[in-house]
Amino acid sequence: MSDAHDWPLYEIFIRARGGLDHKHVGSVHAADVAMAIEHARDVYTRRLEGVSIWVVRSTDIVASDPADSDALFEPARDKIYRHPTFYEIPKEVETL
Amino acid sequence: MYTQGLTEPGVRPATESTPDDAERLRRFEARIEAEEKIEPKDWMPDAYRQTLIRQISQHAHSEIVGMLPEGNWITRAPTLLRKAILIAKVQDEGGHGAYLYSAAETLGVSRAELIDQLLAGRAKYSSIFNYPTLSWADVGAIGWLVDGAAIMNQIPLCRCSYGPYSRAMIRICKEESFHQRQGYDIMLKLARGTAAQRRMAQDALDRWWWPSLMMFGPPDTASQHTALSVRWKIKRFTNDELRQKFVDFTVPQAQFLGLSIPDPALRWDEAAKRHEFGAIDWREFNDVLKGHGPCNRERLAERRAAHDAGRWVREAAVAHAAKRAARAVA
Ligand SMILES: [Fe+2]
Ligand SMILES: [Fe+2]
Repeated sequence: MSDAHDWPLYEIFIRARGGLDHKHVGSVHAADVAMAIEHARDVYTRRLEGVSIWVVRSTDIVASDPADSDALFEPARDKIYRHPTFYEIPKEVETL
Repeated sequence: MYTQGLTEPGVRPATESTPDDAERLRRFEARIEAEEKIEPKDWMPDAYRQTLIRQISQHAHSEIVGMLPEGNWITRAPTLLRKAILIAKVQDEGGHGAYLYSAAETLGVSRAELIDQLLAGRAKYSSIFNYPTLSWADVGAIGWLVDGAAIMNQIPLCRCSYGPYSRAMIRICKEESFHQRQGYDIMLKLARGTAAQRRMAQDALDRWWWPSLMMFGPPDTASQHTALSVRWKIKRFTNDELRQKFVDFTVPQAQFLGLSIPDPALRWDEAAKRHEFGAIDWREFNDVLKGHGPCNRERLAERRAAHDAGRWVREAAVAHAAKRAARAVA
């Protein structure tokens, strides 16, 4: 009864409307990229949720490790001068 | 609900723990307490992972097996529009299964493994799908009651602490409302129809009412895993809380249809502001869950037959992909 192995897994990214970024929505199994797009259409866009689909082999995605979060993202935390709200500008100065 | 088999033994909090694990567990629980989502690569206690794999896979199996009782009626729907609607609904359920298997796979199991468990009869799915659909009114009753009960259960799951499950549930909940409304719409047509149609609607309600209440799973007193699941925010409400809510929502809807709920003990409790209802036959529930319901064998046999009949297609697709990949390299 058992299938020795499933079709490879693809991650699916969908552009909801023109002008928006493709956004990760989930994954599908498919024999190849063409089938992955067909499955993604059937699974993730039955109600006009998208105008464009990207599929990427899941094994091709390289992700950061949550254990490295501090090393990666901590340095940005104390650099509040990168935000415009850090600077107090006198009220009299307009359009700044 | 769709995950009634969670009450059996099998998931226990990890027994061996190192000081390292204790610290990780503390941080994990603090994140859950702060309503942060847990994502696939984050550390999680083994019991959390195992509970989720069981819950999400049982839920996925239920969506897939749930296509069968309604699929029975696609060729016999009374109008072309009803047929198109039913096809869309059944296709949605297939999609729900796909979202959920995909969420389960983020926890380190493969879909093939999970499907094998289902086909081998080793996995659970909701008891409700082991009841037969005898008339067209059953399609109405399923949409109204079964999808209605599912919504009641699934809305709080949108806030589940596990990110991929929560996101799958948000997607599913967006689609469920159509399921329930098309079911109620069928009941409404029948209730406003001929005497024979009203009898059909009443008969469907009579047969689906109690199994729908059973969908919420065993009473809280018998549900050993609820406490941990609530603590880890996999579950937000207990089985009995959701069941009560379902009864309170559904009784007025039945009244509007002019149908009577088959429970002589049902009454409004003014002081408690809720409906009292009769005792559920838990023996029937346990029988169905153990495989002795009216359609357990038929459902699994149909799933197996579909899986086997599709094997050559799956294999051919792999062979075709391999051939094309080889040509692309050459
Ligand atoms: Fe569903
Ligand atoms: Fe549904």
